[in-house]
Amino acid sequence: MSAEITLQAVSKQFLGQPKAAVQQVSLTIQPGEIFVVMGLSGSGKSTLLRMINGLIEPSSGSVQVRGQALATLSPKALNQLRRNAMAMVFQSFALFPQRSVLDNAAFGLEVAGVPRAERQKQARRALERVGLGSQLKQKPAQLSGGMQQRVGLARALALDPPILLMDEAFSALDPLIRRDMQDLLLDLQAEQRRTVVFISHDLDEAIRIGDRIALMQSGEVLQCGTPQELLEAPANPAVRAFFQTVDRGSVLTLRQIVEPIPEDLGITLSLDSEGRFQGLRNPENSWIEASAAGALPSELLLNEAISAVSSNPWPTPVLDPERRPLGVVTPRGLLQALKEQG
Amino acid sequence: MVLTLASLEQAGPLGLGVDAAVEWLLNNGQGLFDVVQVAIERLTATLEFVLAQPAPWLFALVVAVVGWRLVGGSFALFSLLGLNLVLALGLWEPMLATLALVITSSLLALLLGFPLAVLGTRQPWLWRLLRPGLDLMQTMPAFVYLIPAVMLFSTGAVPAIIATLIFAMPPIVRLTYLGITQVPTDLVEAGRSFGCSDLQLLWMVQLPSALPTVMSGVNQTIMLALSMVVITSMIGGGGLGDVVLRGIQQLNVGLGFEGGIAVVILAVILDRLSQGLSPSNARRQR
Repeated sequence: MSAEITLQAVSKQFLGQPKAAVQQVSLTIQPGEIFVVMGLSGSGKSTLLRMINGLIEPSSGSVQVRGQALATLSPKALNQLRRNAMAMVFQSFALFPQRSVLDNAAFGLEVAGVPRAERQKQARRALERVGLGSQLKQKPAQLSGGMQQRVGLARALALDPPILLMDEAFSALDPLIRRDMQDLLLDLQAEQRRTVVFISHDLDEAIRIGDRIALMQSGEVLQCGTPQELLEAPANPAVRAFFQTVDRGSVLTLRQIVEPIPEDLGITLSLDSEGRFQGLRNPENSWIEASAAGALPSELLLNEAISAVSSNPWPTPVLDPERRPLGVVTPRGLLQALKEQG
Repeated sequence: MVLTLASLEQAGPLGLGVDAAVEWLLNNGQGLFDVVQVAIERLTATLEFVLAQPAPWLFALVVAVVGWRLVGGSFALFSLLGLNLVLALGLWEPMLATLALVITSSLLALLLGFPLAVLGTRQPWLWRLLRPGLDLMQTMPAFVYLIPAVMLFSTGAVPAIIATLIFAMPPIVRLTYLGITQVPTDLVEAGRSFGCSDLQLLWMVQLPSALPTVMSGVNQTIMLALSMVVITSMIGGGGLGDVVLRGIQQLNVGLGFEGGIAVVILAVILDRLSQGLSPSNARRQR
């Protein structure tokens, strides 16, 4: 699988600033993943995003998008790439105040030269997808913040781009609406996988939507990996400090805390010929069917497993997606995992 | 030593330099000035002819209806009464002549000033060059333009338009520049991120956002043009300025006042109409 976006030793030094905004960042972003760049304000994450679509030119290093090195492209070719391959969603929404909702959503298509009827059709479809089927004739100022950002998202989606660049896209929204928008993004991603580069300063958001997270501080990437990797194996104290306040139960899955079947408890799992879970024999030596054994999938978050694990009279079997047992989880093990400091 | 007025009758070295420059232009650029002269002459003459075609009552009615659509009912009534007053004073033709001068010089000022400002937003060095030039054009006493204008184009409507054009151009340049540079950066970024070319960015993002500011520049340019056109009567610009000038020469307060009130009526009409064109002042806000 070839990478969608590759950054090689990218740095950016703004004129007249003592320190580089981005220093020697190398990242590889795969097609179809939600890649969150996470960091406090001033960590250089927005600059990094703008170097991916060429709004900011790196001082050194190279940026490749879908196999094309941005530095080698003519202004025309760069514009072509922006129109075809990537669309951006802004923290401030950046909607055009004089344009109606529909014309805002159709903006990218208009720039690309799509005829009026066709672009309005596509824009309408994108607006419907984000839940804005009506109110097409209104001006952005007449909408609430959450609605405005739906227009911003529709403006990006109307182009059906393989890459979405989201610059703190939900940071300006109320917590409840932010959650709705995160769900919307995850729904969209379930329908059609795009490569999403998502900038955020909100760790919970990063963990919730990110397939992988790159943690940035003072222009450098501290660590890059899945949320579980960052939580379980922080590369340095700064990463650990970041994750200190995180609710571990909402990051870790059963897969990370599964234990081998303890012998002293005397339960045995029985498998069919292909290794799939059929049922178990409890300490009293009576047979429990798979449907009644309370087995849980390995990708379940710890928080969501608590009630099932605690109410099971025997250790809870954990199954992989093919229903093959990976081991068991005990209430004791679960509690320890929730308490542990990485 | 007593500095008398007489000792200032001769220009100093700076003035002599300017003299020499104008002299040089006269000797070497006559062909160009002739072309400009003929073009502008034709333009104003045509405009004046067209404006004189409809009967005064029809003209006033059209202004009133347009004013009613763009500005409002009370303005429509004002323009109807005002134009009738001008007609009753016997100043209809001078007013049309003034109007033709104002329209021609404003049009030329916009045609020159607008692209200049747009280029200025793209090229910082050009703007650094333009800014002191604009300061000079705006603060130099208006009468001073009359002298070289007369030398280059003799007297009449053409030097009047040239002098007016120079005097009236700064607002459109300044406010267009201001409007475009004040477009929020996130909108410009949004435009760029969706792959706008320079021209698309200007047309689809910057100008729509800058339009109210640009329109107030248009309004100010028109108003400055009107005030200058009256002064150019001194070099034979003609129109209402002539009436005022005659009032001064003959110490005829009544005549001067009549010319003055006609200028005011024209000014109010031009001001409100050009403001009414601006999207931010559209009628729905009233």
